[in-house]
Amino acid sequence: MSEREAMEFDVVIVGGGPAGLAAAIRLRQLNPEANVCLIEKGSEIGAHIVSGAVIEPRALEELFPDWLERGAPLKTPVTEEEMYFLTEKKGFRIPALDRVMPHLANHGNYVVSLGDVCRWLAEQAEELGVEIYPGFAGAEVLIEKNRVVGVATGDMGITRDGEKGPNYQPGMELRAKYTLFAEGCRGSLTKQVMEHYNLRKGVDPQTYGLGIKEVWEIPAENHRPGLVVHSFGWPLDDRTYGGAWLYHFGENLVSYGFVTGLDYENTWLSPFDEMQRTKLHPIFRKHFEGGRRLIYGARALSEGGLQSIPRLTFPGGALLGDSAGFLNTPKIKGTHTAMKSGMLAAEAVIDALKAERVEPAAYTSLVRQSWLYDELKSARNVRPAFARWGSKLGALYAGFDAMVLRGKAPWTLHFKHADNETLKPASLSTPIAYPKPDNTITFDKLSSVFLSNTNHEEDQPVHLKVRNMGLWKTVNWDVFRSPESRYCPAAVYEAVDTDAEARLVINSQNCVHCKTCDIKDPTQNIDWCTPEGAGGPNYPSGM
Amino acid sequence: MTVLVLVETEAGQIRQASRSAITAATKLGDVHALVVGNAADADAAAALAAKVTGVAKVLKAGADVLTHELAEPVADLIVSLAGDYSHIVAASTAVGKNVLPRAAALLDVQPIPDVMAVIDADTFVRPIYAGNALATVKSSDAKKVLTVRATSFDPAPAEGGSAAIDAVNVTVQDTVSRFVSEHTPTSDRPELESARVIVSGGRGLGSAENFQSVLTPLADKLGAAIGASRVAVDSGYAENDCQVGQTGKIVAPELYIAVGISGAIQHLAGMKDSKVIVAINKDADAPMLQVADYALVGDLFEAVPELAKAL
Amino acid sequence: MKILVPVKRVVDYNIKVLVKSDGTGVETAGLKMSMNPFDEIAVEEAVRLREKGSATEVIAVSIGVQQAQDTLRTAMAMGADRSILVLSEESPEPLAVAKVLKALVEREKPDLVFLGKQAIDDDMNATGQMLAGLLGWGQGTFASKVEIVDGRAEVTREIDGGTETVSLAVPAIVTADLRLNEPRYASLPNIMKAKKKPLETIQAADLGVDMTRRLTTVSVAEPPVRKAGIKVGSVAELVEKLRNEAKVI
Repeated sequence: MSEREAMEFDVVIVGGGPAGLAAAIRLRQLNPEANVCLIEKGSEIGAHIVSGAVIEPRALEELFPDWLERGAPLKTPVTEEEMYFLTEKKGFRIPALDRVMPHLANHGNYVVSLGDVCRWLAEQAEELGVEIYPGFAGAEVLIEKNRVVGVATGDMGITRDGEKGPNYQPGMELRAKYTLFAEGCRGSLTKQVMEHYNLRKGVDPQTYGLGIKEVWEIPAENHRPGLVVHSFGWPLDDRTYGGAWLYHFGENLVSYGFVTGLDYENTWLSPFDEMQRTKLHPIFRKHFEGGRRLIYGARALSEGGLQSIPRLTFPGGALLGDSAGFLNTPKIKGTHTAMKSGMLAAEAVIDALKAERVEPAAYTSLVRQSWLYDELKSARNVRPAFARWGSKLGALYAGFDAMVLRGKAPWTLHFKHADNETLKPASLSTPIAYPKPDNTITFDKLSSVFLSNTNHEEDQPVHLKVRNMGLWKTVNWDVFRSPESRYCPAAVYEAVDTDAEARLVINSQNCVHCKTCDIKDPTQNIDWCTPEGAGGPNYPSGM
Repeated sequence: MTVLVLVETEAGQIRQASRSAITAATKLGDVHALVVGNAADADAAAALAAKVTGVAKVLKAGADVLTHELAEPVADLIVSLAGDYSHIVAASTAVGKNVLPRAAALLDVQPIPDVMAVIDADTFVRPIYAGNALATVKSSDAKKVLTVRATSFDPAPAEGGSAAIDAVNVTVQDTVSRFVSEHTPTSDRPELESARVIVSGGRGLGSAENFQSVLTPLADKLGAAIGASRVAVDSGYAENDCQVGQTGKIVAPELYIAVGISGAIQHLAGMKDSKVIVAINKDADAPMLQVADYALVGDLFEAVPELAKAL
Repeated sequence: MKILVPVKRVVDYNIKVLVKSDGTGVETAGLKMSMNPFDEIAVEEAVRLREKGSATEVIAVSIGVQQAQDTLRTAMAMGADRSILVLSEESPEPLAVAKVLKALVEREKPDLVFLGKQAIDDDMNATGQMLAGLLGWGQGTFASKVEIVDGRAEVTREIDGGTETVSLAVPAIVTADLRLNEPRYASLPNIMKAKKKPLETIQAADLGVDMTRRLTTVSVAEPPVRKAGIKVGSVAELVEKLRNEAKVI
């Protein structure tokens, strides 16, 4: 421990997504003297950002009323919207979308590359004096006298077998009066903090989705900037939550992706293949003709909403954005809520700094008083309705909730199970026959991972820690036939020697940091830990 | 137009890559071959150069200062001979890449390295971004200095010509550099990056023992380096420094034999520029077979020893 | 002994670049940029020589756009003492770079200039050799080992099929190959400290160097996709094809 260098800050923020960056900016806006340090495990800001994304500019407008003049990369306003219920061959367009599914009315919103928005936010933050250090992963929470006093970055140059290599560099302690965790969904340090302070006591289990995304470049004559298409129904069965998105934006770019609710039951389901085969549906296929695929990526997202949000503060810090679970699932938007939560946390922290309070507890009440809370409250019953009654009835309930109850139902539906508990054994699941990739519209996993520019320093310990390999054999293989080899969108997990003594191979170098294995493993036997800083995907501009 | 080609010699022999450079140069004009070395080597090599098809004249520069083809004296020599030549060409070898840019700077010319195709006297195709893109570039320099990729041009036939040999009066000196020693291992296995032939193994080999026992005899027969896919390295079949691919080494040998390698795109990224690719795999759908010039679908444990025996 | 280390800001080696669909070039906008990996090796070697006591000062220099200062900060985080940014267009040609460097060498009077052997964007592999030519210095290119022996630089060079060692009078140019060393990480404390190291900015124009490009890019294309060849039915057929058709054995 002693060989680590340490540095003191007022506030340390872990994670350079919209929540962390908005918090950093707000902190310096409110107190230009505050020492604010932000670390990001990606090689640069934006390198690990995956989102649709249609964003609501509401929080951005509060943060920078002059965002337009500052050149924020919100260039494609939503112009047309289509929502489809799909059967295998047909798509039924939902009429009067703004009344039936008002959450999805996107008028006034923008199609963006969230990675680019984050790069821009980081520029603004640095101008305001925030110190930003990409390429450094928060690997350890520092807790002293039951107060979080900062984080330590990971050691660099540890060899595969855990020894100090020739280029060993110890991590660094970033000590702070307040530490804000903005790691996104299923943050690895957030997980430790939640456990240590028992922050999930009394709230519903979090439920998650896995979003898998591609960016395409298509012929100019087919490009309709601002077009927003969503679908639900096929290819998922009625018990499985999810659907596709397709947005036209930027210079002949198309963002296409698919979210699969991770409370799915069929162990044979492969979110990656659902995503690939949906592109072949006539509603979507025409958008890809003549185009070329540029980028691929994946990331889990929190879908639980209000019922699943843990206690937000603890001695010495707070949880922000999707680390806390502020995503508005019916809206399928979390950027504006993440930013807002960061801004509110910043206000509470500035206040706590002045009063030298241990816990920035005002954050919780600020959230309760803000539009953020109202929004999540009115949306709270939609996702659980899908979990309970399936897609068709869930959608009906959602329409009823929106048109009749207007989000003001006197009841709250709850999530009963964590996502790792929902899987059915292989013998009780129906195998799914996915089409082979055609290498024009659809592709295999490895050539997809190639387009995420993923890399990890080879000589380092495996960052996906299987606690008990014996359990993998008796549960994951014997009962579920290796679901991780299907839900992992990056071909990290492979069951080999399946005709003899099956064993698990972990290709950790492929990992795109989506965190699905940490969520979905039936016995929570896989721990996603931060690899050496700067490892993981390198999503370029446009993602 | 007349083109000056720097011809590399090795113990009085002409290197094959230089004959490829001659082929490229013939597309630009009459070829004068410059042969450098100590007096004896230059004599021997000049006689051979005179026979190479396409060579119109041989310039023989024999002097002790040129023995090791060091950049400093050779570049000065080229500059002193540059005169009216429209192009100065060498192969993209360690020598060519060392010498020609230096000569170009002295001539105030921006060199054009690694030429893969000659479009016209001013315009050439060359790889950028490790071969992930091919740029067609046009030079505005009065004199062009280029190195050419040997694998992009067939070597000019060693026989068929009868050029005159002119001895050059060598006056260049070298006051700044001095040759100390050379180390060219012959018995050891060649380095992956510079090997002419690579035998590479993947998961299909099943174990570290098989990896050695199956691949080594074939590699020995071919004088080949041994490579491995990432899976083979990760599974402990082969050492890390054998890894070919996106995160390993990028290779472009004349012959690449992929044994039991499925051919994930990450692996292909490291060897797709090989001149000839052979795939031996039991899976007829393996992506490696989609890029192989010769694919043998079958049991590698039978095929590879049989191949080693047949060579 | 003073060492000058020119470093170039290039598209990060992990990023696969794409050829623009109109064939005018490679799309580089918005891509992660990093120090050219060969230049990292050069910086590392220079810093090691200073740490060993063979050198007294390491100066990093970059020629290009304003953002190249990030690359210089990285060099300083790795151990360079100070740096110079020469502002110019993005990615000037090696000839122009060599001329700018010559002007800087005349100003800074270093004993050694360490460069990466080539930049991974234009793959020119020329700047070090050209600078050596313009200065009339000896050149130890593609170095896999560098030692200072009796005031001379002894450089082991990667050549086809092996290595060669040359002894160079100092001042001299060395270009780094992959095996020279494994560069260190820029650690977080050192990145923080590097923010305070001196970085001087000058305009290329002020050095009186003509930077006019000599090469124009007519077009850029993707390399042809490799097509599947033939299936052979037996080992004997394979041997026959390799011998008589492909002529590689």
